Amino acid sequence: MKHLDEYRDGEVARGVAAHIAKEAQPDRVYSFMEFCGGHTHAISRYGIEDLLPENIRLIHGPGCPVCVLPIGRIDEAIELAKRADVALCVYGDLMRVPGSNGASLTKAKAQGADIRMVYSTLEAINIAESEPEREIVFFAIGFETTTPPTAMAIRLAQKKRLENFSVFCNHVLTPAAMRKILEASDPQAVPLEGFIGPAHVSTVIGTAPYGVFAREFHKPIVIAGFEPLDVLQAILMLVRQVNEGRAEVENEYIRAVTEDGNRIAQGEIIDIFELRESFEWRGLGEIPRSALRLREAYRDYDAEKRFPVEKRFARDNPACECGAILRGVKHPRDCKLFGAACTPETPMGACMVSSEGSCAAYWAYGRFRALRQRAAE
Amino acid sequence: MARLIADIFHAAFDNDWLRAGNDQSAFDVAQGRMVMTTDGYVVSPLSFPGGDIGLLAVNGTINDIAMAGARPLYMSTSFIIEEGFSLAELQRIAQSMGFASRAAGVPIITGDTKVVERGKADGLFISTACVGVAPEGVELSGDKARPGDVVLLSGSIGDHGVAVMSRRQNLSFDSDVLSDTAALHELVAAMMAAGGASIKAMRDPTRGGLAATLNEIAHQSRVGASIDEAAIPVKPQVAAACELLGLDPLNVANEGKLVAIVAPEAAESILGAMRAHPLGADAARIGEIVADDRCFVQMKTVFGGARIVDWLSGEQLPRIC
Repeated sequence: MKHLDEYRDGEVARGVAAHIAKEAQPDRVYSFMEFCGGHTHAISRYGIEDLLPENIRLIHGPGCPVCVLPIGRIDEAIELAKRADVALCVYGDLMRVPGSNGASLTKAKAQGADIRMVYSTLEAINIAESEPEREIVFFAIGFETTTPPTAMAIRLAQKKRLENFSVFCNHVLTPAAMRKILEASDPQAVPLEGFIGPAHVSTVIGTAPYGVFAREFHKPIVIAGFEPLDVLQAILMLVRQVNEGRAEVENEYIRAVTEDGNRIAQGEIIDIFELRESFEWRGLGEIPRSALRLREAYRDYDAEKRFPVEKRFARDNPACECGAILRGVKHPRDCKLFGAACTPETPMGACMVSSEGSCAAYWAYGRFRALRQRAAE
Repeated sequence: MARLIADIFHAAFDNDWLRAGNDQSAFDVAQGRMVMTTDGYVVSPLSFPGGDIGLLAVNGTINDIAMAGARPLYMSTSFIIEEGFSLAELQRIAQSMGFASRAAGVPIITGDTKVVERGKADGLFISTACVGVAPEGVELSGDKARPGDVVLLSGSIGDHGVAVMSRRQNLSFDSDVLSDTAALHELVAAMMAAGGASIKAMRDPTRGGLAATLNEIAHQSRVGASIDEAAIPVKPQVAAACELLGLDPLNVANEGKLVAIVAPEAAESILGAMRAHPLGADAARIGEIVADDRCFVQMKTVFGGARIVDWLSGEQLPRIC
């Protein structure tokens, strides 16, 4: 409880905010991208932007694994789930993500597909054990935070000699997405001065992998925890780096993140998974060597090998701005559909469905600002 | 079989009306405006720390009457029972209802039971109705909130939802959080005595939590609300459980709390009356009603920033009350 209170202390927050206000040079604009969906959520939920001076802007990045999953993969998962022998296990957020033609896992379930919401990979393993006559497929998504649990599930399946468990693998890599953002020469893109680096991804991969971006692109990166004080402190550290002309990797989240990260988890990931040549990311397009699949040695646990489904390539709704929003080029309020056709009840794109999506966070916590802005224009 | 079940309920509720053995019961109509409510209880699991579906059914129904500023008088209840449901469990639930009914002074004077095939009801569904009487001139309603009115909350939020979640299959965790299920009619009577004429609306924040209730009232009254997160009482264990599950206590159900919208001049005395009652010991002033066409409920966070408090779309969890 103390942990929760201390990292959300309003007094301390005002102190850090005062430092930021003092040190941010009034003639500069500081644009920082927070990469991780958990940060997007924290920033909105605590109204952190209200504590920052006008010339510091927070740009939301593509750190929501549900949001970057292309529609085609949802369609493929629905195909898998429709198989009579398959029980598809999914995380809650995925259930309502719109696929093609208004389809979704929730709708498929209502039409009779065996789809089970689970809170962890272990639950999927338990289901496989208790229902040997069903083929249990776990819909694996996520950045490096969730890859180790998928790896552990496959290990467990091996140990228990389960023959009815497999993974539909959509794990993606953070550094690849960061590189894509940094390399992008989108004329609409806001020039970024730095990154607020992901929290739990970094507990797995460590801080070392970010060094190359700091050096190559000359952008500071500060790894931050999820509590609002963590985010504020990280912003202060970024402002200082920019002012001093530094471009280093700094770690604000020292209580959970080390330079090397979790070696055991990394070892398991390297053993079980390999890089795909290329993978489509919603909003970012094809990115080479940015996603994982199971190695040949683990083909028995690879749902794509056990149950080949037709590859689907689906287009987003042309008016949906999820892509631009994920790249940080547009804000949810810039999307014509936001609040009109696209609401949490009737989501058009993934950014509205996932609790970590920019649009969902903005709708839930900040849309009074959007309407205030529109009124002012 | 039918006899067995009837015996369980008659023994648990035991009163003159039921002993008469008719399909209906009669009572004299009290002076004032009659108030009536009906409710259904489909909670899963049936039993959880701090209570069971039986307690919920009696207290929850009484509370709907109390929220009108009315005194609850009599209840009815009907049961849809799945074939094969444990008679011992049915007895425990019936005993709970009888206990809650006697504690509240609201007898259950008529009822019905039906048994359906296995698979056609999730164990047990309970349906209730209650009649009460409100003094002349008392017409609390969700559409009467006006800018300047004060928002009062009778105690900590999130207790019931977390207690139920701690027993649900996939989410069991150790916690000493108890459901706050309670009949609020006596707390309400104390509030009415302290300033009944100044109370615009009352509601108990059950499914959807405090967020849903505030938004409902805002929309009904075509106003906005401005609340202060630091003023909202949340027990540390509830806050911790919600963190673990990624839930916001504002969206979690309560079964023994109420929100009251009151005229500003009476706020202090009504709050005092609440705090003097055991069920309102942690009562707090959490905000006020403001003019806002968009009917937003805005909250100043503990952190100092601002955010909206919205309805949740979709159920967070099925059937917790």
